Amino acid sequence: MAVDPGKYLSVESVGMTFETKKGDFVALTGIELAIRKGEFVTLIGHSGCGKSTLLNLVAGLLKPTAGTILLARKHIDGPGPDRGVVFQNHSLLPWLTCFENVYLAVERVFSEKKEKLKERTRYVLDLVGLSQAEHKYPNEISGGMKQRVGIARALAIEPKMLLLDEPFGALDALTRATLQDELMRIVDKTGATVLMVTHDVDEAVLLSDRVVMMTNGPAARIGEILEVALPRPRERLALAHDPRFMDLRARVLEFLYEKQAHKAKLKAA
Amino acid sequence: MMAVALRTEVRKEVLSRERIRTSPPHPAAAVLGAKADAAKARFESGTGYRRAKAPQWLLDVLAPIAGLAVFVGLWALIAKQGGRIPDPLTVGAAAAKIFADPFYSKGPNDQGIGWNVLSSLRRVGIGFGLAALVGIPLGFIVGRFRFASGMAAPIIAMLKPVSPLAWLPIGLLVFKAANPAAIYVIFVCSLWPMIVNTAVGVRQIPEDYLNVARVLNLSEWKVFTKILFPAVLPYMITGVRLSIGVAWLVIVAAEMLTGGVGIGFWVWDEWNNLKVEHIIIAIFTIGVVGLLLEQALVLLTRRFSYG
Repeated sequence: MAVDPGKYLSVESVGMTFETKKGDFVALTGIELAIRKGEFVTLIGHSGCGKSTLLNLVAGLLKPTAGTILLARKHIDGPGPDRGVVFQNHSLLPWLTCFENVYLAVERVFSEKKEKLKERTRYVLDLVGLSQAEHKYPNEISGGMKQRVGIARALAIEPKMLLLDEPFGALDALTRATLQDELMRIVDKTGATVLMVTHDVDEAVLLSDRVVMMTNGPAARIGEILEVALPRPRERLALAHDPRFMDLRARVLEFLYEKQAHKAKLKAA
Repeated sequence: MMAVALRTEVRKEVLSRERIRTSPPHPAAAVLGAKADAAKARFESGTGYRRAKAPQWLLDVLAPIAGLAVFVGLWALIAKQGGRIPDPLTVGAAAAKIFADPFYSKGPNDQGIGWNVLSSLRRVGIGFGLAALVGIPLGFIVGRFRFASGMAAPIIAMLKPVSPLAWLPIGLLVFKAANPAAIYVIFVCSLWPMIVNTAVGVRQIPEDYLNVARVLNLSEWKVFTKILFPAVLPYMITGVRLSIGVAWLVIVAAEMLTGGVGIGFWVWDEWNNLKVEHIIIAIFTIGVVGLLLEQALVLLTRRFSYG
């Protein structure tokens, strides 16, 4: 049976309830989402809306309390190397060099000769522009470089899907812009299917084919889905004055700060 | 698992608060900032100590020398008051004689100070090595499994404050010889810090590292060699450092009770001979060896701490 191209990843009526000391906490409810092969989708929403929870469900780090998630028609049951995860805080092992951090993933997934595995490792490090730093330890390189290694590690296993959890959240604005451009280039080159969590409106519009906007939690759902029909390759500077880009950006802002603001204020009060 | 998710959310909350702070600063912030800078400068130039106007390196060298001079001066003063305390010069002369030939051996009860120190170190090494062999795996188990931790906690809490010497009679009873009994006492006193620190290390492993292992589906062996072991290593070395310190304290006392060859026995022997200057030499020797052990382990700790 061929995979329905529109439903490469299929999230079907997924709900997530955490048991806490104060009783059950409903984080997500009734989530329906289908992602095409090769599509770049971002999840955006206010803090605590459960967007990271949804990503962790797809990653298999959490198990949904309702519904199912399918990737290429296969039921997701726990984490696996068919999904490459980039964590917010890079999560590199500090006692391994950049090369060894990536190699750890490569040798797990591919059963090939050592030379071939090393070649793969060098290839992805080169892809993220880190060939020069491969023998450095994580504490010897900048935050942006660490995140590049994180991306290289996720890409190295040739996953069906790339999952990014606020990958650039901890970086300064300039580094973030550079890495966004790099990510666009890499995704263009590899044709990866991407699901990314972000809180940055510009980032979401710039990178995505679709922006999934989530309502405020508890019991968060998908509020709206915005198609970003801007042609690729996209160029940051040109887009900055593009009325279509500004319009899309305005629509995300509207959702976050008008439709979802009221609830957030109530919660704060 | 849920705790993990909640923790992630909290972290994000903090981050978003950080972002808010990038709004234009309050005018008073400049003044406060300047004050903070001054305070920082003061801090970086060697904290808030009042300092004389001399180059820092000279003071750094002079301070310990001055401290030692005062110490020796006081000692000389006390010695001068009469009594049985030998003065520094007498002790120095005796030390020169002893350290001129540290490795002589005239029968089991009359050996050079070098042999005595070495046999004490040997006992510490064996007892301590056995404690590491048992304590580190136990620490991993206690740290990894809640039930094991629950089992071990009351026993460790009860036995940890017991003076290791209280175990000596049991050792003598079981082994019927002084040497294994002393080793056994070292084993017991080194065991607790090893278990406790290894267990703490296992519990402190950042959830992120374990998530990496889960996402990559690493084998148990890889998880152990590439994640658990390196992550716990700094804690283990801390356990080793504490254990060695305690072991070196305890061996002197244990040897005083058991006899044989060893620095503790030597102290007691010289007391029976009323050679007080030798006792003082032994005190300094024990101190210097302990200091060297500690420093060696500090170096080891630095090698295995990851920034």
